[in-house]
Amino acid sequence: MPERTVRHPKVRVLIPTGLGLNCEIETAEGFRLVGAKPDCVPLLDILNRRIERRLLDYHILAFVGGFAFGDHLGAGFVYANKIRWKIYDRILEFIEAGGLIIGICNGFQMMVRLGMLPGFDGDYRTPSVALAPNDRLGYRDAWIQLVADDKSPCLWTRGLHKIELPARHGEGKFVAGSQDILQKLEENHQIPLRYADDLGQPTQVWPNNPNGSAAAVAGICDPTGRVFGLMPHPDAYLYPFQHPQWSRRRYSGESAVEEGGLSIFRNGVAAVSDRLTSATPATPVSSSHGVD
Amino acid sequence: MIHRIEIATKPGIREARGEHVAAQIRRYLELPVKRVRTRDVYLIEEVDPLAQAISSSELQRIVQHFSDPVLQIGAIDRIVDAVSEVVVAVGYRPGVADTVGKSAKVAIEDLLDRPLTNAVQIYTSRLYLIDGLSTEQAQRAARDLLANPVIQTIQVSSYPDWLEREPERAVPRVLLGDTPLTVQIDLSGSTEDLLEISRQSLLALSLVEMETIRDHFSGSGRDPRRTALGLSTLPTEVELQCLAQTWSEHCKHKIFNAEITYREEGGAPEVIDSLFDTYIRGTTEDIDRNLAANEGGSWLVSVFHDNAGVVEFDDQVHLVYKVETHNSPSALDPYGGAMTGIVGVNRDPFGTGRGADLLINVWGYCLASPFYKGILPRGLLHPRRIRDGVHQGVIDGGNQSGIPYGRGWEIFDDRYLGKPLVFCGTVGVLPTMIGDSPGEVKQSNPGDLVVMVGGRIGADGIHGATFSSAALDESSPTQAVQIGDPITQKMMFDFLIAARDRNLYSSITDNGAGGLSSSVGEMATQTGGARIDLSKAPLKYSGLAPWEIFLSEAQERMTLAVPPDQADELLALAARYDVEATVLGRFTDDGFLHVTWADENIAHLDMEFLHSGNPKLCLEARWRRQCFSEPAARPEDCQETLLALLSRPNISSGEAKARHYDHEVKGLTVIKPYSGVHNDVPAEATVFLARHGSKRGIVLSEGVNPFLSELDPFAMAATAVDEAVRRQLCAGAGLDRIAALDNFCWPDPVLSHDTPDGDFKLGQLVRACRGLQEVCRSYSVPLISGKDSMKNESILEGRKIAVLPTLLVSAIGQIDDVRTALTLDFKMPGDMIYILGETGDHTGGSEFFRYLGERDGRHGELGKSSPYLGSKPPTVDCDRTLPLYRALRGAIRAGYVRSASTPTKGGLALALVRSALAGGLGASVDLAAIAAANDLDSDVTLFSESNGRFVVSVSAQESRLFEDCMQPAPMYPVGQVDPGTKLTIHRDGRQLVSLELELLRTQFKRGLADA
Repeated sequence: MPERTVRHPKVRVLIPTGLGLNCEIETAEGFRLVGAKPDCVPLLDILNRRIERRLLDYHILAFVGGFAFGDHLGAGFVYANKIRWKIYDRILEFIEAGGLIIGICNGFQMMVRLGMLPGFDGDYRTPSVALAPNDRLGYRDAWIQLVADDKSPCLWTRGLHKIELPARHGEGKFVAGSQDILQKLEENHQIPLRYADDLGQPTQVWPNNPNGSAAAVAGICDPTGRVFGLMPHPDAYLYPFQHPQWSRRRYSGESAVEEGGLSIFRNGVAAVSDRLTSATPATPVSSSHGVD
Repeated sequence: MIHRIEIATKPGIREARGEHVAAQIRRYLELPVKRVRTRDVYLIEEVDPLAQAISSSELQRIVQHFSDPVLQIGAIDRIVDAVSEVVVAVGYRPGVADTVGKSAKVAIEDLLDRPLTNAVQIYTSRLYLIDGLSTEQAQRAARDLLANPVIQTIQVSSYPDWLEREPERAVPRVLLGDTPLTVQIDLSGSTEDLLEISRQSLLALSLVEMETIRDHFSGSGRDPRRTALGLSTLPTEVELQCLAQTWSEHCKHKIFNAEITYREEGGAPEVIDSLFDTYIRGTTEDIDRNLAANEGGSWLVSVFHDNAGVVEFDDQVHLVYKVETHNSPSALDPYGGAMTGIVGVNRDPFGTGRGADLLINVWGYCLASPFYKGILPRGLLHPRRIRDGVHQGVIDGGNQSGIPYGRGWEIFDDRYLGKPLVFCGTVGVLPTMIGDSPGEVKQSNPGDLVVMVGGRIGADGIHGATFSSAALDESSPTQAVQIGDPITQKMMFDFLIAARDRNLYSSITDNGAGGLSSSVGEMATQTGGARIDLSKAPLKYSGLAPWEIFLSEAQERMTLAVPPDQADELLALAARYDVEATVLGRFTDDGFLHVTWADENIAHLDMEFLHSGNPKLCLEARWRRQCFSEPAARPEDCQETLLALLSRPNISSGEAKARHYDHEVKGLTVIKPYSGVHNDVPAEATVFLARHGSKRGIVLSEGVNPFLSELDPFAMAATAVDEAVRRQLCAGAGLDRIAALDNFCWPDPVLSHDTPDGDFKLGQLVRACRGLQEVCRSYSVPLISGKDSMKNESILEGRKIAVLPTLLVSAIGQIDDVRTALTLDFKMPGDMIYILGETGDHTGGSEFFRYLGERDGRHGELGKSSPYLGSKPPTVDCDRTLPLYRALRGAIRAGYVRSASTPTKGGLALALVRSALAGGLGASVDLAAIAAANDLDSDVTLFSESNGRFVVSVSAQESRLFEDCMQPAPMYPVGQVDPGTKLTIHRDGRQLVSLELELLRTQFKRGLADA
């Protein structure tokens, strides 16, 4: 287990739970291992304003994986609908105040339904991309390789080049509403992670690209780099012995040099921590005019 | 008022669902379909004319939001822009759970920002717009692929006809007439009358049982405590139904508890008073006593009296494990039945002690071949549909519950056409302490409230317990089918964990078979009675008779005993989690299960009679060894045999299906179900953490080989235990803490007119129990829980198709540090390969012989044995195996062993292939020493299925240390791991096998790829 824990005692993470979500334990553990303080709180308590702390008292909001409402009517649909009509204004305030958001799998699907991503020009309300059913229909759990865009503003993938994680979903095929949108995402480097082949090149070929995602998109971020969603699960790779080949690596000497999914949590927490320790106030959102 | 909405994929967007359906129609039905597109239909019914109506602008908003702006289009009534040739509409029958409709209602409530309560009902259905098929062909596609008439309705029309008609608005509303509250059942008639009542009311009670009930009431009916309630010497319908379900084979295990007169091979008759007490409980109690006498003491925490077995793990949690079967419902509705199987067994660990956190699911299916081409029993589905449906049900049930699977396997034999066997299990962790009392303690007290939590009660799943206790035929009741709703259950568990951790209830059990009658009846035994008012029970719709409410197996419900001073907090917490919780009554100590409907008394059952009044069965059993012929001639070419075996469904990789199950949610999976360089070889056993922050692990494995039961069920049982234990060792588990579960699935073992060989089948059961006992006792593997299912057969053209007598042994072991876990893949070139244990001629029932039987075209008649079963099943000589296992455990603990696999089906050859494929490394092996030591032919050496063996690899530097450690156990250094990609096997310099890994891999993955 990694012992290189850096303490960021002030970094607080809110993890909404319940309603069919199910990756809260490992996501919380991921944040804990990099020194943050995660709170798992039932989403119903947040929606019904039964929490002690305000959303703005947290630095990071993590939407975990799972099957909120069974993904009935499409993955993340009922979930996004609940957020949209009950607390979205508060989440937009949170973004505007400089908060970080990560959405993994079901969380990412929900964010895309809301229009929280891609967040072009500060517009976090207009859905313009989607995560459709996989080309090869059905849920599938298999490890895939990802290649990072080092020019991306994404705070969560800083310093990453390649990473292996499990993809575990039935609806992860990235579809852009138009060619222009895809082009804009590419130009803005808002595609921090793509599915890659054995040579580290983005690929459209199954199973390396597990769902047929356009441009091999595995995750996208907003223009500020603070809001990030991805289909694969960094929360499933917290220890070297979660890698499918760990028991071979003991003998081959290629010990797990990368720290797996933890690096993503560490990046997010470090970004908050840097801001907290530096005297300067939070960087304002690039443009908040589009937020109604 | 009924509103109709259609949602479709936008033109120009690829529709994976339609493409998938089209591919299946082409592949499975061989129909010339060109294209399939699908639409989702929502019917929104406003039931209450007084409630606020949904306005047209609101309806517009609903359509707009229901269709994803990037992917979909939607319309009120119908979308008219697409043309097709045929339209197939598939909806649900009344009363079938519509979970999507339920979620749609939540979405509309959020959107309109007002609760819709029961004033609005939402029903979903699906349209298939098909090109390339005639309406007749589309009918066939609908019946054989798209819909299951047991739970769904089908309408097929040509597109022009469909377009011409008004959009369909018929909703599958449940309409039930008024039912009288209490009916008394007259049992004073003749023998025939009693049996007719049992048949008519689906009681599945025998004549003796009916007479016992009649006599009980004619006596106790005069008890003033009964007459004062206005009840008589006749049982009420509620009482009779409650007794029937409590006394059902499913709940009471009458066969396992029967007095059996057993004769073996013409020997003297022996009387066995309860197979369960003698061989299952007896075995475990012996082991428990021995453990208690040793240093360290017993690690058994709670066995046999709760919903699952409990063993010690560490200072914070115990392990809880239960495996169930859900066979009959899966035969009728594979998807719903199997889903109910997995989400149902989840409630067992949660209903154990005061509630375990659910950690890992397991599944295993015994099915007829998906490639089966013969005739089917009427009313049953093709095995491929059963397989696809069962998988999808457990996939959705497990994935949506957020529980990874740890083990999954399939066995194929056409005798499972009679009934598919669907094993589902769940491992949980129970806090050692909850509040200030041990987590395994559940104690309801008189005065505690009876609280039902979770889903509402409907007509679904009435008579499940009695139905599963009978053979399937065309008239099997469809109301016995339930469809699980994992999300409702997940939300219930989230609430229950919060309630458990606040210590808000004193006891908990699940509502499974028998519903409330079973859960309340069972919990009431602790206090000595209960009084409940069924009129308080929350219903999905009105019109259910009280006995139906009492017996309904509607899913996702648990029953709690709640101390009165904690009731308010519990109910408030439930509301906070949006979970329904209802007080139905109180536990009492007056000795009666007293049921009312408001003020009317509808049942007053003596607890003693309810739980212990059923007459003991007395049965006859006999067993004689059967011998089958061996292949007349065996092929010279071992290589050809090996390649043929690799692609047989019973050996081939099941990865294609297994990948659809999540195996790593919760982040605790260490050795995954499929391993190796390409993650495509099934692991010998899997390893999981129990929680984050600890390194201690759980090891899961199983043994199952029903093909041996025809030769000798003793060998089947002994082999199953041995295989499960060997797999544990292969993953690095200690030998000292392995516990097992037994699941027996048998054809009817009761001698009767319909079952003239019932006594033989019962004899097989006795033999299996004895084999199980012998090996469990020797290995000190306690049986901590189990289940039996006894009527696994169906009638085909007047002939019985009975399943193979099948015993599944599921093992749960422990490993001190998961980082010492072991896998089966060869690790490094140059490593030495050893075969441990003795190889003998154990070809009886082997995959090798069954392959030769099929190759020679000597198919057994359906329902009969394979012709080449042989006569020599594997045995287990524990005096020889146990010292070997202890030595191997020592070598593994010392770190000398780099890989370990164990020969099972397909023998040594398959174990070598699996380790080579998993390692992506070749190997050179010479069998001379083994074949010579045991005087065996080469093919027998390679493919015999002897127990007690391992294939391990060890680094050359440590080989001496390893050998010293293993002495004097039988050990054969046979070769080494190669840097290349070729597996070669020699004997005395003669080459038997020389094959590239790539070809081996292709064969290994081919068998089930197109299934």
